Amino acid sequence: MSRQVLGPFNRVEGDLEVTLETLDGRVSAAWVNSPLYRGFEQILQGKAPMDALTLVPRICGICSVSQSAAAAAALANLAGVTPPPNGERAGNLMLAAENLADHFTHFYLFFMPDFARDAYAAMPGFDAVRARFKAVAGSAAAEALPARARFLQVMGTLAGKWPHTLSLQPGGSARAILPAERVRLLSLLREFRGWLERHLYGDALEAVAALDSADALWAWFEAEGPARGDLARFLDLSQQLSLDTLGRCPERYLSFGNYPLGRARQLAPGVWDAAVGTVHPIDSRDIVEDLSHAWLAGSAERHHPLAGETHPDADKADAYTWCKAPRWRDKVVQCGALARQVVDAHPLARDLVAQGGGNVMSRVVGRLLEVARVLPMMETWVRELVPGEPFCVETVLPDTGVGIGLVEAARGALGHWLVVRNGRLQNYQIIAPTTWNFSPRDAAGTPGALEQALVGTPAGAAAGMPLAVQHVVRSFDPCMVCTVH
Amino acid sequence: MSLLCADSPNLMATLADGGVELLWHPSLSERSGEDVVTLLEDCIAGRQALDVLCVEGAVLRGPNGSGRFHMLAGTGRPMIEWVGALAARAQHVVAVGTCAAFGGVTAASFNPTDACGLQYDGDAAGGLLGADFRSGSGLPVINIAGCPTHPDWVVETLLALAMGEVAPDSLDALGRPRFYADHLVHHGCARNEFYEFKASAEKPSDLGCMMEHMGCKGTQAHADCNLRPWNGQGSCTNGGYACISCTEPGFEEPGHPFALTPKVGGIPIGLPTDMPKAWFVALAALSKSATPGRVRTNATADHLVVTPAIRKTVRK
Repeated sequence: MSRQVLGPFNRVEGDLEVTLETLDGRVSAAWVNSPLYRGFEQILQGKAPMDALTLVPRICGICSVSQSAAAAAALANLAGVTPPPNGERAGNLMLAAENLADHFTHFYLFFMPDFARDAYAAMPGFDAVRARFKAVAGSAAAEALPARARFLQVMGTLAGKWPHTLSLQPGGSARAILPAERVRLLSLLREFRGWLERHLYGDALEAVAALDSADALWAWFEAEGPARGDLARFLDLSQQLSLDTLGRCPERYLSFGNYPLGRARQLAPGVWDAAVGTVHPIDSRDIVEDLSHAWLAGSAERHHPLAGETHPDADKADAYTWCKAPRWRDKVVQCGALARQVVDAHPLARDLVAQGGGNVMSRVVGRLLEVARVLPMMETWVRELVPGEPFCVETVLPDTGVGIGLVEAARGALGHWLVVRNGRLQNYQIIAPTTWNFSPRDAAGTPGALEQALVGTPAGAAAGMPLAVQHVVRSFDPCMVCTVH
Repeated sequence: MSLLCADSPNLMATLADGGVELLWHPSLSERSGEDVVTLLEDCIAGRQALDVLCVEGAVLRGPNGSGRFHMLAGTGRPMIEWVGALAARAQHVVAVGTCAAFGGVTAASFNPTDACGLQYDGDAAGGLLGADFRSGSGLPVINIAGCPTHPDWVVETLLALAMGEVAPDSLDALGRPRFYADHLVHHGCARNEFYEFKASAEKPSDLGCMMEHMGCKGTQAHADCNLRPWNGQGSCTNGGYACISCTEPGFEEPGHPFALTPKVGGIPIGLPTDMPKAWFVALAALSKSATPGRVRTNATADHLVVTPAIRKTVRK
């Protein structure tokens, strides 16, 4: 048995260290460490509640709008307000723009460059993969960055800028859209659609969204092969490297649901438990955060987030990370785009998970499936904006109360729980997506989702960081700065 | 991440064409793990030339000066040690963002992580590297302050460094590049007509000037945000929210709720930069009484309710 400490991990957002124990060339145990502590939950205590809208997006430069959306939702819950139809659509457009841009960034800049490494030089088709996906130098980076920047111009119009907007308010959006701007938004979305259909999919978004089984996905791939586009290039690699056998973790998928319109969310909320084949409803009372292996002291080992505590203790025995361990009904769950699509009962996502569970391949396909499904929703929301009708209603916060805001960031379930006393924030607790996925062991000793996903991964004989381990880690698209808010 | 929104045709090519070779970037580069640590050690040992060290994020000195709130993964060493050692070797040191420059939001409240900037702790010179620090070029730390930074502020600073065109007088008294910090956010603000007549917004989504009630500091904040659009055609004030002066040290603790203007006797305490108070009060009173009905009505609406009259401006 040997032990190695891996880090820093490039092309993940923030700081990550992983300790591996290996036996016979495979990982036998893993410990995931978030080696950075931020202190936002401490900073927010005592602030005017509305100041959260300025502070929380600054937790992260890549999940900024998601943090804003969760704070706005929690404050709206506290105040009992609902945005008007225009406000809901503008808010959905902002959150969807960030989520799609993040999926796009993950695929082209963070995840695919690993397959262009020299270690894969002997693989058939490598020259094309290298030319396309090489970090910094590949043609994909050169084409994807301008496409991403152009797509995020929807945020310039909707939200002033990205990241760190204050347009998102509990009562809707502070930025009313004018008729000409509505046209411009639609044309920016069409431009991004065109890019995706030409380069990423080689097909219409609707055709990708209509794939309804793993067989249908592979038949689609076989029809034109890897030259069809970048998704097909990934599927080709996935087949060659058996990425569907890598990085499997507990078969419970959490999604808070996303994009509210009226009483319904356009992507359904729930927890899909594959073992029993049912979707459990979301009840935030089912959620606790366990402190047992985090460098955090507390009056108890676990808390519901409304009673959560954040007291750093760098010398705590048996602790190995700044990340708390959230649990749903005491169990480990995974979250992210795949979980959202599974909970929403998309047949391709359900079938991929039935066949191979959540793994490196299905998590990546889940993301690209979501892009194909959500961009048409965005086009619809823009068309449904009614300039001249209100975008925002006034919000009057009570002096005392609680608020809960549950949204889906690109990387998965994001919850804000706030307690207000005498007009000030008495407590503000955040559970970020990667807090779920990269959580440490809990008091029962049960490892977190990535810690379980890494067990069995080939660790290779070569020195340095095993590539399979890197694929597994990056398949979650972790955001470590949010993790340790 | 803001940098990746650069509107230049291709960020990578822009940097390469400008002679900037990216040694390592945590979100873009291939190298991970030992390969990165080796590169950093080569820079510290002088085996690899380091022309520009860019640091993003505040420097975390806590707990108790140990730096353990931020360890560089895989190395067992706190980030403050790595940054100190690399800065000593760098020809130029650039703080990207207000956190790296001054401490920023990370240093808010009671500053739980003992965060500071590279060469400032809030508005006090010092920080991690000390007030007297000068990089190999003889310059202090270049503070591209902003939360977030505009992508072009970063790109243009790097290109100017590559051209050897950053001199001591290129930076303002807080080490910020003057090409953007010598402007005020007020310059080019689309709400200027509302400002002129003190026709004020009262709630989010109102079109009026946000200085009187909504906390806007655009007349005092140093940046060119309304001259150099964000993400195509945006800015904070275009987005319907106040400028919070995010390029300024200490902006994270304004002493009032961010979206509420503090006032004494009904008059905002933050007057426009370089404006004598008596004149401001007199002009504000005068302009309020002269406000056209159109401007007054539109100020508290979320779209134009009254459009400007059409007049001939051509002499017959």
